[in-house]
Amino acid sequence: MDRAELEIEAVVDNLPLVTEFIESRLEAFDCPPRTQMQINIAVEEIFVNIAHYAYGKEKGTATVRAEISEDPVTVTITFMDHGIPYDPLSKEDPDVTLSAEERDIGGLGIFMTKKTMDDVSYEYRNGQNILTLKKKL
Amino acid sequence: MLNIQQTNENDQVIITLEGEMDTVSTPVLEKEIKDSIETAKEIVFDFEKLTYISSAGLRLLLSIQKKKSQTGHMKLLHVSDSIMEVFEMTGFDSILTIE
Repeated sequence: MDRAELEIEAVVDNLPLVTEFIESRLEAFDCPPRTQMQINIAVEEIFVNIAHYAYGKEKGTATVRAEISEDPVTVTITFMDHGIPYDPLSKEDPDVTLSAEERDIGGLGIFMTKKTMDDVSYEYRNGQNILTLKKKL
Repeated sequence: MLNIQQTNENDQVIITLEGEMDTVSTPVLEKEIKDSIETAKEIVFDFEKLTYISSAGLRLLLSIQKKKSQTGHMKLLHVSDSIMEVFEMTGFDSILTIE
Protein backbone atom coordinates (compact mmCIF):
# COMPACT_ATOMS: atom_id res chain seq x y z
CA MET A 1 0.00 0.00 0.00
CA ASP A 2 1.33 3.38 -1.10
CA ARG A 3 0.28 6.05 1.38
CA ALA A 4 0.97 9.76 1.87
CA GLU A 5 -0.59 12.67 3.68
CA LEU A 6 -0.70 16.42 3.16
CA GLU A 7 -1.78 18.84 5.87
CA ILE A 8 -2.59 22.24 4.46
CA GLU A 9 -4.39 25.45 5.33
CA ALA A 10 -7.95 25.17 4.05
CA VAL A 11 -7.97 28.11 1.64
CA VAL A 12 -8.98 28.08 -2.03
CA ASP A 13 -5.58 29.38 -3.15
CA ASN A 14 -4.05 26.10 -1.97
CA LEU A 15 -6.09 24.08 -4.46
CA PRO A 16 -3.20 23.76 -6.97
CA LEU A 17 -1.01 22.28 -4.22
CA VAL A 18 -3.66 19.71 -3.33
CA THR A 19 -4.15 18.75 -6.99
CA GLU A 20 -0.40 18.50 -7.48
CA PHE A 21 -0.10 16.28 -4.42
CA ILE A 22 -2.72 13.84 -5.73
CA GLU A 23 -1.30 13.86 -9.27
CA SER A 24 2.17 13.14 -7.96
CA ARG A 25 0.88 10.15 -5.98
CA LEU A 26 -0.81 8.73 -9.09
CA GLU A 27 2.09 9.36 -11.44
CA ALA A 28 3.66 5.95 -11.03
CA PHE A 29 0.39 4.12 -11.61
CA ASP A 30 -0.39 5.08 -15.22
CA CYS A 31 -3.64 6.81 -14.41
CA PRO A 32 -5.63 7.34 -17.65
CA PRO A 33 -6.15 11.09 -18.42
CA ARG A 34 -9.94 10.72 -18.27
CA THR A 35 -9.79 9.17 -14.80
CA GLN A 36 -7.23 11.77 -13.71
CA MET A 37 -9.61 14.54 -14.73
CA GLN A 38 -12.51 12.96 -12.86
CA ILE A 39 -10.33 12.62 -9.77
CA ASN A 40 -9.14 16.24 -10.08
CA ILE A 41 -12.74 17.46 -10.35
CA ALA A 42 -13.76 15.49 -7.25
CA VAL A 43 -10.70 16.63 -5.28
CA GLU A 44 -11.37 20.24 -6.23
CA GLU A 45 -15.02 20.10 -5.23
CA ILE A 46 -14.33 18.54 -1.85
CA PHE A 47 -11.33 20.71 -0.96
CA VAL A 48 -13.07 23.93 -2.06
CA ASN A 49 -16.12 22.96 0.01
CA ILE A 50 -13.89 22.65 3.07
CA ALA A 51 -12.11 25.93 2.26
CA HIS A 52 -15.42 27.78 1.89
CA TYR A 53 -17.49 26.35 4.70
CA ALA A 54 -15.65 24.27 7.29
CA TYR A 55 -14.24 27.03 9.46
CA GLY A 56 -16.56 29.98 8.80
CA LYS A 57 -14.43 33.08 9.12
CA GLU A 58 -11.76 31.33 11.19
CA LYS A 59 -8.66 29.68 9.78
CA GLY A 60 -8.17 25.94 9.85
CA THR A 61 -6.42 23.09 8.14
CA ALA A 62 -7.43 20.14 6.03
CA THR A 63 -5.60 16.85 5.87
CA VAL A 64 -5.61 15.03 2.56
CA ARG A 65 -4.55 11.39 2.58
CA ALA A 66 -3.92 9.39 -0.57
CA GLU A 67 -3.71 5.60 -0.38
CA ILE A 68 -3.19 3.39 -3.38
CA SER A 69 -3.82 -0.31 -3.22
CA GLU A 70 -3.21 -2.83 -5.98
CA ASP A 71 -5.20 -5.60 -7.65
CA PRO A 72 -7.01 -3.71 -9.01
CA VAL A 73 -5.17 -0.42 -8.63
CA THR A 74 -7.49 1.75 -6.56
CA VAL A 75 -6.92 5.16 -5.04
CA THR A 76 -8.60 6.16 -1.79
CA ILE A 77 -8.49 9.86 -0.99
CA THR A 78 -9.56 10.97 2.47
CA PHE A 79 -10.24 14.58 3.45
CA MET A 80 -10.28 15.44 7.14
CA ASP A 81 -11.03 18.74 8.84
CA HIS A 82 -11.94 19.92 12.33
CA GLY A 83 -14.58 22.36 11.13
CA ILE A 84 -18.34 22.58 11.52
CA PRO A 85 -19.93 19.12 11.14
CA TYR A 86 -21.36 18.99 7.63
CA ASP A 87 -22.26 16.13 5.33
CA PRO A 88 -22.08 17.44 1.75
CA LEU A 89 -23.60 14.18 0.49
CA SER A 90 -26.88 14.87 2.30
CA LYS A 91 -27.75 17.60 -0.20
CA GLU A 92 -30.28 16.68 -2.85
CA ASP A 93 -28.88 16.20 -6.39
CA PRO A 94 -29.61 19.00 -8.84
CA ASP A 95 -32.09 18.32 -11.64
CA VAL A 96 -29.79 18.16 -14.67
CA THR A 97 -32.69 18.07 -17.13
CA LEU A 98 -33.87 21.64 -16.46
CA SER A 99 -33.39 24.50 -18.93
CA ALA A 100 -30.83 27.26 -18.36
CA GLU A 101 -33.48 29.62 -17.00
CA GLU A 102 -34.72 27.07 -14.47
CA ARG A 103 -31.27 25.93 -13.44
CA ASP A 104 -29.89 26.72 -10.03
CA ILE A 105 -26.12 27.13 -9.86
CA GLY A 106 -25.51 25.00 -6.76
CA GLY A 107 -24.78 21.36 -6.11
CA LEU A 108 -23.06 20.47 -9.38
CA GLY A 109 -19.67 19.73 -7.84
CA ILE A 110 -20.88 17.12 -5.38
CA PHE A 111 -23.16 15.69 -8.07
CA MET A 112 -20.20 15.16 -10.44
CA THR A 113 -18.15 13.68 -7.61
CA LYS A 114 -20.86 11.12 -6.83
CA LYS A 115 -21.29 10.28 -10.53
CA THR A 116 -17.62 9.71 -11.35
CA MET A 117 -16.15 8.16 -8.20
CA ASP A 118 -16.72 4.48 -7.41
CA ASP A 119 -17.53 5.29 -3.81
CA VAL A 120 -18.03 8.48 -1.79
CA SER A 121 -18.69 8.36 1.92
CA TYR A 122 -18.90 10.78 4.84
CA GLU A 123 -18.63 10.39 8.58
CA TYR A 124 -18.14 12.66 11.58
CA ARG A 125 -15.77 11.04 14.05
CA ASN A 126 -13.63 12.36 16.91
CA GLY A 127 -14.55 15.95 16.10
CA GLN A 128 -13.60 15.54 12.45
CA ASN A 129 -15.41 15.66 9.15
CA ILE A 130 -14.09 12.69 7.20
CA LEU A 131 -14.93 12.44 3.51
CA THR A 132 -13.59 9.54 1.51
CA LEU A 133 -13.40 9.08 -2.26
CA LYS A 134 -12.56 5.79 -3.95
CA LYS A 135 -11.69 5.32 -7.58
CA LYS A 136 -10.34 2.40 -9.54
CA LEU A 137 -7.67 3.54 -11.99
CA MET B 1 -3.34 27.92 -15.01
CA LEU B 2 -5.61 29.56 -17.55
CA ASN B 3 -4.52 31.74 -20.44
CA ILE B 4 -7.20 34.08 -21.72
CA GLN B 5 -7.26 35.77 -25.12
CA GLN B 6 -10.00 38.10 -26.28
CA THR B 7 -10.72 39.35 -29.77
CA ASN B 8 -13.45 41.94 -30.20
CA GLU B 9 -14.95 42.48 -33.59
CA ASN B 10 -18.13 44.48 -34.19
CA ASP B 11 -20.73 42.96 -31.85
CA GLN B 12 -18.82 39.73 -31.36
CA VAL B 13 -16.16 38.69 -28.86
CA ILE B 14 -14.10 35.55 -29.26
CA ILE B 15 -12.65 34.29 -25.99
CA THR B 16 -9.91 31.71 -26.45
CA LEU B 17 -8.99 29.73 -23.37
CA GLU B 18 -5.96 27.57 -22.75
CA GLY B 19 -5.54 25.50 -19.60
CA GLU B 20 -7.89 24.90 -16.70
CA MET B 21 -11.15 26.52 -15.67
CA ASP B 22 -11.21 25.85 -11.94
CA THR B 23 -12.14 27.58 -8.68
CA VAL B 24 -8.93 29.62 -8.69
CA SER B 25 -8.83 30.67 -12.36
CA THR B 26 -12.55 31.18 -13.10
CA PRO B 27 -13.00 34.36 -10.98
CA VAL B 28 -10.01 35.88 -12.82
CA LEU B 29 -11.61 34.99 -16.16
CA GLU B 30 -14.97 36.36 -15.04
CA LYS B 31 -13.42 39.70 -14.16
CA GLU B 32 -11.42 39.89 -17.36
CA ILE B 33 -14.35 39.27 -19.72
CA LYS B 34 -17.00 41.17 -17.73
CA ASP B 35 -17.07 44.22 -20.02
CA SER B 36 -17.16 42.14 -23.22
CA ILE B 37 -20.04 40.05 -21.87
CA GLU B 38 -21.99 43.21 -21.15
CA THR B 39 -21.41 44.87 -24.51
CA ALA B 40 -21.00 42.10 -27.12
CA LYS B 41 -24.08 40.57 -28.71
CA GLU B 42 -22.38 37.32 -29.57
CA ILE B 43 -20.02 35.56 -27.18
CA VAL B 44 -17.87 32.82 -28.71
CA PHE B 45 -15.70 30.62 -26.52
CA ASP B 46 -12.94 28.68 -28.22
CA PHE B 47 -12.31 25.63 -26.01
CA GLU B 48 -9.78 23.87 -28.22
CA LYS B 49 -7.01 24.19 -25.64
CA LEU B 50 -9.18 24.00 -22.54
CA THR B 51 -8.16 20.83 -20.73
CA TYR B 52 -10.26 20.94 -17.57
CA ILE B 53 -13.51 22.36 -16.23
CA SER B 54 -14.98 22.07 -12.73
CA SER B 55 -18.30 23.26 -11.34
CA ALA B 56 -16.85 26.78 -10.94
CA GLY B 57 -16.41 26.97 -14.72
CA LEU B 58 -19.87 25.49 -15.33
CA ARG B 59 -21.44 28.11 -13.07
CA LEU B 60 -19.81 30.93 -15.04
CA LEU B 61 -20.97 29.48 -18.37
CA LEU B 62 -24.50 29.10 -17.01
CA SER B 63 -24.64 32.69 -15.79
CA ILE B 64 -23.39 34.05 -19.14
CA GLN B 65 -25.86 31.81 -20.98
CA LYS B 66 -28.70 33.14 -18.81
CA LYS B 67 -27.63 36.73 -19.36
CA LYS B 68 -27.21 36.35 -23.12
CA SER B 69 -30.33 34.30 -23.82
CA GLN B 70 -32.37 37.53 -23.61
CA THR B 71 -30.21 39.95 -25.54
CA GLY B 72 -27.69 37.96 -27.56
CA HIS B 73 -26.10 34.61 -28.11
CA MET B 74 -23.33 32.46 -26.70
CA LYS B 75 -21.65 29.50 -28.35
CA LEU B 76 -18.73 27.17 -27.71
CA LEU B 77 -16.31 25.94 -30.36
CA HIS B 78 -13.87 23.00 -30.45
CA VAL B 79 -15.02 21.32 -27.24
CA SER B 80 -12.80 18.32 -26.46
CA ASP B 81 -14.17 14.88 -25.61
CA SER B 82 -13.25 15.13 -21.94
CA ILE B 83 -14.91 18.54 -21.50
CA MET B 84 -17.90 17.27 -23.48
CA GLU B 85 -18.22 14.40 -21.04
CA VAL B 86 -18.56 16.90 -18.18
CA PHE B 87 -21.24 18.79 -20.14
CA GLU B 88 -23.16 15.57 -20.81
CA MET B 89 -22.95 14.43 -17.20
CA THR B 90 -24.41 17.71 -15.95
CA GLY B 91 -26.97 18.23 -18.72
CA PHE B 92 -25.07 21.29 -19.95
CA ASP B 93 -24.91 19.78 -23.46
CA SER B 94 -28.61 20.61 -23.85
CA ILE B 95 -28.33 24.07 -22.26
CA LEU B 96 -25.35 25.37 -24.23
CA THR B 97 -24.85 25.90 -27.96
CA ILE B 98 -21.89 23.70 -28.89
CA GLU B 99 -20.58 23.72 -32.45
